[in-house]
Amino acid sequence: MKIRPLVQSLVLLLNNAYLKGFMSGRIYKGPLKGVCVPGLNCYSCPGALFSCPLGSLQAILAGWEYSFSFYVTGLLLGFGAIFGRFICGFLCPFGLIQELLHKIPLFKNKRIIKIPKFFLYIKYVILAVFVVALPVFAKGEFGVGYPAFCKFLCPAGTIEAGLPLLAGSEGLRKAAAGLFLWKALLSAAVVVGCIAVYRLFCRVLCPLGAFYSLFNKISLLRIDPDETRGALCKMGLNPRREVNSLECIRCGDCKRYAKRRPAGLGSSAEVMANTSAHIIHSA
Amino acid sequence: MTHGKYLRYLPFAILAVAGLFIAIGVARGEVASVMEKAVNICLECIGIG
Repeated sequence: MKIRPLVQSLVLLLNNAYLKGFMSGRIYKGPLKGVCVPGLNCYSCPGALFSCPLGSLQAILAGWEYSFSFYVTGLLLGFGAIFGRFICGFLCPFGLIQELLHKIPLFKNKRIIKIPKFFLYIKYVILAVFVVALPVFAKGEFGVGYPAFCKFLCPAGTIEAGLPLLAGSEGLRKAAAGLFLWKALLSAAVVVGCIAVYRLFCRVLCPLGAFYSLFNKISLLRIDPDETRGALCKMGLNPRREVNSLECIRCGDCKRYAKRRPAGLGSSAEVMANTSAHIIHSA
Repeated sequence: MTHGKYLRYLPFAILAVAGLFIAIGVARGEVASVMEKAVNICLECIGIG
């Protein structure tokens, strides 16, 4: 039995265990909301018990009270130093949603796609501009800004919070206008993209993954390249060379290939054939 | 001591800084600010605000 889907499912359920919220269309207001989880999970999701670290960081940076969030930054630094992008692979609810979307058989011949490096850097720009710079500097006359990533880009907010809340509230539906349409279209594009390409949002757009990636080479939890095998993993990485690179989410698939077929037994191509995958080298 | 050996201790140093940051944040009341935002529906998040 694979451990990762089990852990991911438990994390998704634990993060969104306030089931009453889905029935009532109201969000949890208890003390757990003061704690940020490591993964991307909108705190306005009716089931959310905890807070989203990105939303919390932006909310504090955009507020008038503090110019820097020691609390959320400390949590993010701690998560990063221990786990790196293991969080993306195991502990991120939106990561699981993307993986489930990729299982939808909408496109034939799904391939492992090696995304060109230029696109992989977009998430760092989003982190710098939308999560940090705009909330800090784009403030109104009362010294209050806005969480730019949540407001303009975050598909987790639209999918996990916007859709269920709007479905249960006529007032919110009436208030939805151009901005909601933009976010809905963007979220639809992310959904289609994730059906076609494994974890497209994670790889190209996610600022939380971008932050954790900075710790991938030094975090306490790493994968030994000598224990890996395979030509290309689902993230489009060569396990031997890139197992602790910025893009590795530590899903551990390369370690499972290695256990199944130790070095010296069979070629990488055979390993990939076992996964029924095709490879595109586009970079 | 080599560069690689220094790197081995870096995550522990970051963890120490992280712990200090969390303590400072809690002491100056940031948890209440996070709570305040999180217990109300985030209109920006759902695409209305």
